[in-house]
Amino acid sequence: MFDSLSNRLGEVFDRLRKRGALREDDVATALREIRIALLEADVALPVVKEFVNAVREKAVGQEVLRSVTPAQMVVKIVHDHLVETLGGAGEAGLELNAVPPVVVMMVGLQGSGKTTSAAKIALRLKSRERKKVLLASLDVQRPAAQEQLAVLARQIGVAALPVIAGEKPVAIARRALDTGRREGYDIVILDTAGRLHINEELMLEVAAVRDAARPTETLLVADALTGQDAVNVAKSFSERIGVTGIVLTRIDGDARGGAALSMRQITGKPIKFVGTGEKIEALEPFHAERIAGRILDMGDVVSLVEKAAETIDQEEAAKLAAKMQKGSFDLDDLANQLRQLRKMGGMSGMMGLLPGIGKIKKQLAEANIDDRIIKRQEAIISSMTKAERRNPKLLNASRRLRIAAGSGTSVPDINRLLKQYQDMAHMMKKAAKLGKKGLARHGLAGLLPPGMGGGGFGGFRG
Amino acid sequence: MSEEKRSWLQRLKAGLSRSSSRLAEGIGTIFTRRRLDDASLEELEELLIATDMSLGMASEVTGTLRRTRFNQEVTTDEVKAAIAAEVARLLEPVAKPLRIDSSLKPHVVLVVGVNGSGKTTTIAKLAKQYRDEGLGVVLAAGDTFRAAAVEQLRIWGERTGATVVTRPQGADAAGLAYDALADAKASGADVLLIDTAGRLHNKADLMAELQKIVRVIKKLDPAAPHSVLLVLDATTGQNAHAQAETFRDMIGVTGIVMTKLDGTARGGVLVSLAEKYGIPVHAIGVGESAEDLRPFEAEAFAKSLVGLSA
Repeated sequence: MFDSLSNRLGEVFDRLRKRGALREDDVATALREIRIALLEADVALPVVKEFVNAVREKAVGQEVLRSVTPAQMVVKIVHDHLVETLGGAGEAGLELNAVPPVVVMMVGLQGSGKTTSAAKIALRLKSRERKKVLLASLDVQRPAAQEQLAVLARQIGVAALPVIAGEKPVAIARRALDTGRREGYDIVILDTAGRLHINEELMLEVAAVRDAARPTETLLVADALTGQDAVNVAKSFSERIGVTGIVLTRIDGDARGGAALSMRQITGKPIKFVGTGEKIEALEPFHAERIAGRILDMGDVVSLVEKAAETIDQEEAAKLAAKMQKGSFDLDDLANQLRQLRKMGGMSGMMGLLPGIGKIKKQLAEANIDDRIIKRQEAIISSMTKAERRNPKLLNASRRLRIAAGSGTSVPDINRLLKQYQDMAHMMKKAAKLGKKGLARHGLAGLLPPGMGGGGFGGFRG
Repeated sequence: MSEEKRSWLQRLKAGLSRSSSRLAEGIGTIFTRRRLDDASLEELEELLIATDMSLGMASEVTGTLRRTRFNQEVTTDEVKAAIAAEVARLLEPVAKPLRIDSSLKPHVVLVVGVNGSGKTTTIAKLAKQYRDEGLGVVLAAGDTFRAAAVEQLRIWGERTGATVVTRPQGADAAGLAYDALADAKASGADVLLIDTAGRLHNKADLMAELQKIVRVIKKLDPAAPHSVLLVLDATTGQNAHAQAETFRDMIGVTGIVMTKLDGTARGGVLVSLAEKYGIPVHAIGVGESAEDLRPFEAEAFAKSLVGLSA
């Protein structure tokens, strides 16, 4: 749906083909593209304007380095400024240096993910910082909201303030603090009801809670899918309640996450955590560089690498390397690779993290590649005998028919898989010949069999 | 919230006015009476973008003005009216209320959407409205993932007098939907509203789970679900396109309900959704009470969007 900014800028500057300093009119054209890219990424308009102006100042007159194109230069300036605006490198943790119990208050719109985030933060504080945490729900608006927090608290083994029916939010907050003090809790997390920032009554209520509880941290929980309204939400909560940090939820969706920039810019407060999934463990510190790449559709390569490092079994990798050396890569190894690919979130999961993905995604859709194919290929291999997996040459027509029946696929499916295997085996042999040094010099591209490079993915076609 | 009956237009306006006031103010400051030139058209385009209207759609709408009024002296109201007319024209084809066919016994409505979009609350409001019309309503508490979601729907069932079919948290949602449909059939209910767990549309396994629900209820009624409602949060930005497209492709969305339109978000994204996918927009949520879930009307929505009194 979105073309990556780099591609777009590439087109703009292709027409210019100039070197030397960036001139004002070159930059102006580029800035138009940047404006569009940011708006499409849901960065709020006032923030876009400020951002574009800042980039203009930085870019005009800037010397283009010899080794890069003007487009790359502008992208770098944009990217760097984006990272800087989002809070620079490093993580912003919770401020816990206060007299215990330290109060953390969660605020935000309905459905932004406050309750889930409260539980996630509680678990994090409990398991990583060894803190004694008390969770208290002040949400008397939504039916069963208090029950929801209690259930989550039980799941993660954290205490929840017992619910007293009909109690008002300010009273609950006071009781939570009393309990916290009396029972020696390090941290009390107050989960407030969702409210629209324009709902006067509820905004007054949460201000009263703030005055009663004096939170050290007031976290604004916001959905990464949020559009232009992010700026209004951030402004109201920041002005009316005063926030100390932001939790950006649903970053595991495929929104570009421009709300992060809007919120950060308007509140001037750091984004402390991002919610990365439905599991209670799925909460991570915020990394400006990653979101910057995402907003610009440059992909999240860092996350991809980390994910790979997490999921790829080091031992398996070592075994595979040894086999590569010997050139004895068999179908069992291919099955292993498919399994690891699937563990990393499958093709779609990985693709989401790769740069310039707009284009490739389209190609993938056309090539009809999806994760089911990987599963099917695993099924095919599981339907083979051990001997067949070690020596695919055994696979004559009748064996292929049997495997097709066994795996619920067809003979052409099996032929395709074998072709893919042959390509890979060939590549492995080549890699073995090149040796380590060669691999480094030629990079991965040197290894790709014909038809696999340049987004062809011939072997995966289903 | 006061219980006095207001006309639906008043409600919509009360809901939207806060949101549209910014756009209206914006237009007001651009055009008290001035020439419609490039600069003013660009400002206008930006105001539309600020309603979450997609960039392409915003320039299309202002493009219409450019063709018809360029370089003319215009007043604020003329500009507002022209934009509203254009927006209404684009939305008119999708403004279709959800009609319950009670001869289906039951009319099965599957409600889907991303997490936190307001599915359960929307179901509660629909249940209240249908109960008030005297229909027999069964609710399937299909969000077996989120803690206490079942409890939330059960409370709504009590308040509205609808039967609620539940299973414990973590149970199979498809099995629950099947049971609920069997119950609804047996009791001769008019409507079955099936709640589902919120899911991000880019999670293949969760979308497959939704397809399973559809598959399973078809065993009891091949025509079910008769309606598949996608609940969209009005504060969502351009990602609403991806949501609409994926849910449509995976389970065949038949209609959209847009919630939380009482925020300052203005739902301009509906305009590009209408043009791109043509999925009917059934209703909009403009407040907390059941009456605040209103049928979607193109002209009123368009006028409210630009801050014109209807």
